[in-house]
Amino acid sequence: MDNNELKKHALNIRRNIVTMVYNAQSGHPGGSLGCADILTYLYFEEMNITKDNVAGKNRDKFVLSKGHCSPALYAVLHEAGLMDEDLNSFRQIDSKLQGHPNMNYVDGVDMSTGSLGQGISCGVGMAIANKLDKNDNRVYVLCGDGESEEGIVWEALMAACHYKLDNLCVIFDLNHLQIDGDVEDVVGPLPLFDKAKAFNANTIECDGHDFDSIRKAFATARQTKGVPTVIVANTTKGKGVSFMENNYAWHGAAPKEEEYKIAMEDLKEVD
Amino acid sequence: MAQETRNAYGEKIAELIQKDENIVVLDADLTKSTKTIEAKKVCPERHFNAGIAECNMMGMAAGLAASGKTVFASSFAVFATGRAFEIIRNSICYPKLNVKVCATHAGLAVGEDGASHQSVEDVAIMRVLPNMKVFVPCDQYETKAVIEYVAKLNGPCYVRLGRGKVEDVYNEDTVFDLTKADVLRKGNGDVVLFAMGLMVQEALKAAEELDATVINVSSIKPLDEETILKELKAHKRAYTCEEHSIIGGLYSAIAEAKAKTDITVPITPIGVNDTFGESGKMKDVLKKYGLTAEHILEVVKG
Repeated sequence: MDNNELKKHALNIRRNIVTMVYNAQSGHPGGSLGCADILTYLYFEEMNITKDNVAGKNRDKFVLSKGHCSPALYAVLHEAGLMDEDLNSFRQIDSKLQGHPNMNYVDGVDMSTGSLGQGISCGVGMAIANKLDKNDNRVYVLCGDGESEEGIVWEALMAACHYKLDNLCVIFDLNHLQIDGDVEDVVGPLPLFDKAKAFNANTIECDGHDFDSIRKAFATARQTKGVPTVIVANTTKGKGVSFMENNYAWHGAAPKEEEYKIAMEDLKEVD
Repeated sequence: MAQETRNAYGEKIAELIQKDENIVVLDADLTKSTKTIEAKKVCPERHFNAGIAECNMMGMAAGLAASGKTVFASSFAVFATGRAFEIIRNSICYPKLNVKVCATHAGLAVGEDGASHQSVEDVAIMRVLPNMKVFVPCDQYETKAVIEYVAKLNGPCYVRLGRGKVEDVYNEDTVFDLTKADVLRKGNGDVVLFAMGLMVQEALKAAEELDATVINVSSIKPLDEETILKELKAHKRAYTCEEHSIIGGLYSAIAEAKAKTDITVPITPIGVNDTFGESGKMKDVLKKYGLTAEHILEVVKG
């Protein structure tokens, strides 16, 4: 798929992210918009997931460790035709689209997440299972930069390197913001690249909004043997919506009607 | 004979891991203490050490189970259930994954290591989790039966195991029905003693003089309310005996079941009275904290 097609999908995904959060008047638009390009690439290019195998276990898996970005996950599953649930039911009573993803409700959701930090550990378990089953399926985990303040992230990375899980790829979504502000003002989890490198992971930096850069990073990860890969993806929180970009106030806030209109204008399709 | 329930676990898991290639065993740097080393000896390729990182171990267990594995994850009870509680809650119980948390060194019987290592609240905090089943076997034979039983159950289970040697209650020929509370002794007096874990042996000893009924409640959740309430009704006074806090464990489980009925039989808790333990030889610690047949007799006789 060429970059223009990926961009179109990403735009649809962003429109749906904002619409879901607007309709629910609840949810996390900033981080969801920020990781939309990475998820687009994973589901449209990188992973061997299709309508036919989405309900099965024998395929690549994706763990959204930063589970609050569920709008991005639901929107990409919808855009890729892997999920039938109505996006408008997001965060509503009786809906399968829980505020944070539940693996037993939606086939394309590979792990229940929401409590930060646990996704990499789960990914380590999945990657070990693939090795035991001698299959070539890969495991991808998206982790926030703020999330890396959780100690279990580093416990998990230590185990991933120890067990030489080259079928595991952890992506740190480096948007520099968390609920209380700039990650460096809160407690200072950076530099993630150097930390991952010190753990002996194959460490790659990429532009999380440039499909050429994302493509290259995942290709390198795939070719790397004997160690897991950590991709540090530079992203912009709120990417694509003018007033949300780089503003931590939009971590977990829903737009009002006027703001929604501006957002949809920002995310207008351009030919 | 006397045996450690952790030893029985080690033997059984070594047997099961060879029979069932879907089983994976995890540990957190305590393989020799928890006895998962027995599984490692016979099947090193399916035994993984998470290091001193119980939270990561539980997350790994969740990921393996999400990929279809039956996972046994072991550490000391205080770390497995306390340190990693929230991982067990969110990554194992919420998605209802097939992980068996088999924790050893539970209760005050840990002895010399003292309060930091003596778990008196593990049953309470595991019992409260939705989807979690909780088992407390009392001897080596029941332990083996419980391990075999939970391996076949699909979903999260907690098995509470001990460090020290405990006398046999059952034998090799015992046929276990782990869905039922086991009436071990039918007494002719007014007293019924409900017990779990190593307090089953103490209750049996005390029961001779009291001619009391003794019931081994090894499945704390689900609780066999039918047997328990029937026996409660049939007696005038009931006592719960547990090497666990009297808050949230066996006493609470039975009192909750009773509170829904019109049964008026009073239940007195015998257990760890909302306190931490301390260092000492196993028998000295159990004695000081009232976890003996002698103390049961004192309480019952008033």
